[in-house]
Amino acid sequence: MSILLNEESRIVIQGITGGEGSFHAREAVEFGSKVVAGVTPGKGGTDVDGIPVYNRVIDAVVNEGANASGIYVPAAFAPDAILESIEAGIKLIVCMTEGIPALEMVRVKKALKGTGSYLIGPNCPGITTPGVGKIGFMPNFIHKEGNVGVISRSGTLTYEVINMLTNLGIGQTTSVGIGGDPIVGSTFVDMLELFEADPATDLVAIIGEIGGNAEEEAARFVEEKMTKPLVGFIAGQTAPPGKRMGHAGAIISGGKGTAAEKMKAWRDVGIKVVENPAEIGKAAVSILNS
Amino acid sequence: MKIHEYQAKKIFKDYGIPIPEGDVATTPEEVRNIAERIGKRVVVKAQIHAGGRGKGGGVKTADSPEEAEKVAGEIIGMNLVTHQTGPEGKTVKTVLVEEALDIEKELYLGIAIDRAWDQEQPVIMASEAGGMEIEEVASKTPEKIIKVGANPVGSFSGFQGRKIAYGLGMDKPVVGKASKIIESLYRLFVEKDASLVEINPLLLTKDGELLALDAKINFDDDGLYRHPEIKELRDVDEEEPLELKASNAGVNYIKLDGNVGCMVNGAGLAMATMDLIKLAGGEPANFLDVGGGASAESIEKAFRILTSDKNVKAILVNIFGGILRCDRVASGVIEAATNMNLTLPMVVRLQGTNVEEGRKLLQESSLKFEVAEGLFEAAEKVVALV
Repeated sequence: MSILLNEESRIVIQGITGGEGSFHAREAVEFGSKVVAGVTPGKGGTDVDGIPVYNRVIDAVVNEGANASGIYVPAAFAPDAILESIEAGIKLIVCMTEGIPALEMVRVKKALKGTGSYLIGPNCPGITTPGVGKIGFMPNFIHKEGNVGVISRSGTLTYEVINMLTNLGIGQTTSVGIGGDPIVGSTFVDMLELFEADPATDLVAIIGEIGGNAEEEAARFVEEKMTKPLVGFIAGQTAPPGKRMGHAGAIISGGKGTAAEKMKAWRDVGIKVVENPAEIGKAAVSILNS
Repeated sequence: MKIHEYQAKKIFKDYGIPIPEGDVATTPEEVRNIAERIGKRVVVKAQIHAGGRGKGGGVKTADSPEEAEKVAGEIIGMNLVTHQTGPEGKTVKTVLVEEALDIEKELYLGIAIDRAWDQEQPVIMASEAGGMEIEEVASKTPEKIIKVGANPVGSFSGFQGRKIAYGLGMDKPVVGKASKIIESLYRLFVEKDASLVEINPLLLTKDGELLALDAKINFDDDGLYRHPEIKELRDVDEEEPLELKASNAGVNYIKLDGNVGCMVNGAGLAMATMDLIKLAGGEPANFLDVGGGASAESIEKAFRILTSDKNVKAILVNIFGGILRCDRVASGVIEAATNMNLTLPMVVRLQGTNVEEGRKLLQESSLKFEVAEGLFEAAEKVVALV
C-alpha cells in the first residue's frame, strides 16, 4: 500500500520534450513507473523513447487513460500547466518547477479547491512509492519498500533521510516532498491525513524547516487526529531572521517561523524530534522496535 | 526585493495614493532648494532599506530652508545604525524631503500573503495603532488589528474597504477616501507581485485628509521576471557585498558570523549542515546552496565566494549525489581547489551515486582533504580543524 501514487497511476509528463522532462521521464520509466504519455503543445504526434506526445493533457487522458501528471515546464508557464491538469480531471498533479510567483499559486489553489485533485509542489522533488513508481527528481537507488511514510519541505535533505532509513533496513510506503514555496499545493496536514489512513504505514518521518506555519498546523492535526507515531527534524536552527534561505518559503519574518518554535510545537504533541538530522533513522528504528 | 521609501512613494503616486509633497536629494544644497519650493516646515528622512530610522537619528524636522540644509548635512553621509541594520549600520546617501503635516491620527495599513492553510491569499491589515511595528501590535493587542482576506481571482469589492474604514472608527467623508486608498494599495500589491506593502503610518490630518507618511514595498523575487521596471529599482549598495557577488554568480549564499564555511547542494540540506556544525560545537560562516548542477565551474565559483569571507578557517563540502554523480563532484572539487591554490583545511563528505569512486578520487589527489562518511562525523571533523 501507499498514498497517492499506486499501481493504478498512469503518468503523463508535461514538458516531456524539454531537457529535464525527457531525462526524468526516462529515470521514472527505469524505476518502473507507468509513464503513458507526454504533453508539449506543438509537438503532438511525436514520441520520446516510444512514449506518445500530445498537444493537450486532455488527449493523454482520453487516449492513454492518464490520471497522474508530472510537470517540468518553466515558471512562467507552470501555473497554466497545473490548471490544464486540474481541468482535465487529473487526480495527482506533481509540479517540480521552481520560481512560480506566490500570487500565481494563490490563483491555482483557488482553482484546485473542491476538485478532489491533489497538487504536490511546486518547487519540490516529487513523490515516490517504492515498488510502484515515481514522479519527480528523487534518485532511484535510495528507496526500499516498507512501512514508513516520509514527508518533507526540502529536496536533498529528504534524500539523506530516505537513504538513511533504507541503509538501516527500513523501507518506505511513500515519500513526498511537498515543496519549499510559501504556498504549496498539498500541506503536511493533507499528507498526514493520507498516511494516517494508509494501513501499510506504521510511522511517519516528517522534515520541516523555518518559515510559515505548516509545522504548527501539522502539530494541531497530530494532536487531534493522528494515532501513528512520528519522528521529526526541523532544518534552520541556525538560520538568521529576515533572510530567505534558498527556498522562497524558508524565511523567519517578524520573529515568527523559527525552528525553536516549530520543534516545541512538535514535541508538545508527542512527535519524537531530533536536533541532529543524522539521528532521525535511529529514532525511527527505536520506535518501530518498541 | 526591497526598495526605498521614495521609490515606493513614486509607485503610490502612480496608483493615486496620496503622499506628502516632497522630493529626493543627495546634497544639503538640493535639500535647501526643495525646502524653499515647499515653503513650509519640512521633514528630512534618510533613505536606507532598514526600519527604525527615526530612533537612529535619520529623520529630522526643520523650520526653515537653512535649517533643512543643516540637518541634511548631518544625515547625508552619516552611518545610520538601527535595530534592523545590525551594529555596522548603513551609510546614508539619499534623503527624502517632505512637507511636515499636522497629525490628527496615525493609522496602519498593510497587505501581505497569509500562508495559513485556510487563507492562502493576500490579507489586508489595518490598525488604529499606527506608527508602531505591526508585529508588536499583533502580539500585544491582536484585537486592535482588522484583517480582511482578499482573493486575487475576484476583483476587489467596495465592502472590503468599508469594513476596514468603519472598523478604524472613521467618519463618513473619510471612509470614501480610505476605501479608495485600500483598493489602490490592493491593486498595486497584485499587479506588481508584491510580497508586502505597508503604509505605516497612514496619516489622518486635522483637515480630514489621508496621506501615506511612510511607504514600504517588498517584492516577490519570483515575480520580478515579469516586472522589469521594478527590477531597475534594486539598490545594490543596500546588499551585503558577498551576497551580491554570489547572486551575480547564480549561487545561493548568505553570510553568517561563524568561521566554518560550508558548501552544500540543496537548501534544506544546507540549513541542516549549518545546524550540524553548531551542534558539533562550531559556528557556520555561511549558508551556501550550490544547486543541482554542481559542475567544476559552479563549485569553483562557490569556493571563491565562501573563501572571500576572511573569517572562514575551514571548509565543509557536503553533497548528496542523486542524479549528480559523486565522482563528478569530487573531480570538480579537486579541479577548483587546485586552480585556486586553496590552502584552507577541508572536509569533504559525499553520499549517493558513485560515492566510492568519488571518495577514491579525493583520497588519491595530491590535495589534503579529510573525507567523512556520516553527516555528523563530517561536522565534527571540520569543527576540529578550526
